[in-house]
Amino acid sequence: MTVHMPSETENVARVLAAATGRHFGAPAVIERLSRQSGGASRQTWSFDALIRGERHALILRRDPPTRGKTDRERAVAIDRATEFRVLQAAHAAGVKSPEPLFELTEEDALGEAYVMRRIGGIAIARKLLRDAPYETARGRIASQLGEILARIHATDPATLPALPRREAADHIAELRRSLDALGQPQPVFELALTWLDRRKPAPLDRPVLVHGDYRTGNYLVDEAGVTTILDWELAHLGDPVEDLGWLCVKSWRFGAIDKPAGGFGSREELWSAYERAGGGKVDPVRAHWWEVFGTAHWGIICLNQAWKHLSGSIRSMEHASIGRRAVETEVDLLQLLKQGA
Amino acid sequence: MAQDRPTAAELLTAIADFLREEATPALDKAEPRLGFQMRVAVNSLAILEREVRLGPAADAREHERLTTLLGRNATLDELNRELARQLRSGERDESDVALMAHLEATIADKIAIANPKWR
Repeated sequence: MTVHMPSETENVARVLAAATGRHFGAPAVIERLSRQSGGASRQTWSFDALIRGERHALILRRDPPTRGKTDRERAVAIDRATEFRVLQAAHAAGVKSPEPLFELTEEDALGEAYVMRRIGGIAIARKLLRDAPYETARGRIASQLGEILARIHATDPATLPALPRREAADHIAELRRSLDALGQPQPVFELALTWLDRRKPAPLDRPVLVHGDYRTGNYLVDEAGVTTILDWELAHLGDPVEDLGWLCVKSWRFGAIDKPAGGFGSREELWSAYERAGGGKVDPVRAHWWEVFGTAHWGIICLNQAWKHLSGSIRSMEHASIGRRAVETEVDLLQLLKQGA
Repeated sequence: MAQDRPTAAELLTAIADFLREEATPALDKAEPRLGFQMRVAVNSLAILEREVRLGPAADAREHERLTTLLGRNATLDELNRELARQLRSGERDESDVALMAHLEATIADKIAIANPKWR
């Protein structure tokens, strides 16, 4: 007699059928379930649910029971339950973001997980920057990103779950801790962090909802432009200019280096769309500071990704190879520091 | 004892060329996710080829510059630790012309190995 051991996919499909049926109050048939790209620890699955003859395009966001998360990830990323509540607040505030539907329960045994609606569009920078169908979208993305960001920052704090507050000084301390944990001396990152420390902007009286990973690759685009903002797991309270600076880090331009706003437009286009949509007036010096910070931040994230492989928490050639991308940000940091400001 | 040719760089190039030109197209058809991973692997082999060829001289130059900059001799790692300490404490900063010349030369050598196309 052979015993059928259900595969992970079969198990996820079975749990989703039950949980989706519960949410909609009718039996659900799960189709086209597939695991999307993403790490072992933070999974994204795409599926359709057929309910009363209607097809719902859905996404499962899932952290399997603790596996492969580094201390740093645990320290900076919010958990799935908090992410679900941030999405609820942002969606209710009119931000272009996936509509969160329901959370899975402990009895479902998939780890921390929730389901949201799937939205059309692609995130792949190389296609967005070069392929013909996105010609019109390309001209709109920078200002659309400015408008959407103004909405995110205007989210009523009273509607948000408890989120970590992270100011410039906290970020600098966090990156220095990361460098210490990695153990390899990093003169250029030390130089940049001291430069940043000496010029850091004062904390705000009223910190806002910061997306925390607002960049090309983390939003979807169709022929008409940006459809939705993804990847909310680094959301926190802080300085709104942090998101503007991060979007302009050179690493997200994918070769379009003369278009700082995610590879699609100028800083001024981004800022004026942000201001027109009700965001605060952008101080160029503050924006430059956050761009330098974002560049150092990404470089140290690259080193951390390699460290996940080296420490054995995730065995992955892809993670290992990202370590060699850190030097790209060292080139950029030396250029940025030479520009002064 | 010297190995016979191909040299390490030559062998790495031969492997990368094979994987890029023959294995990757086949993988792309069979399993696109693995095709992507293979591109990452091929790119990493190209880094190693450049490192084998350019790394030793780059390390020697960095060591020599650091010895002059810090005014003492020690291993490359020890000197970099001392420099990193001085930079975190703020004893040196971007106003130090000799420091900046050293860092620019070091990073130029590093990016020539890791990603010479980076602009």
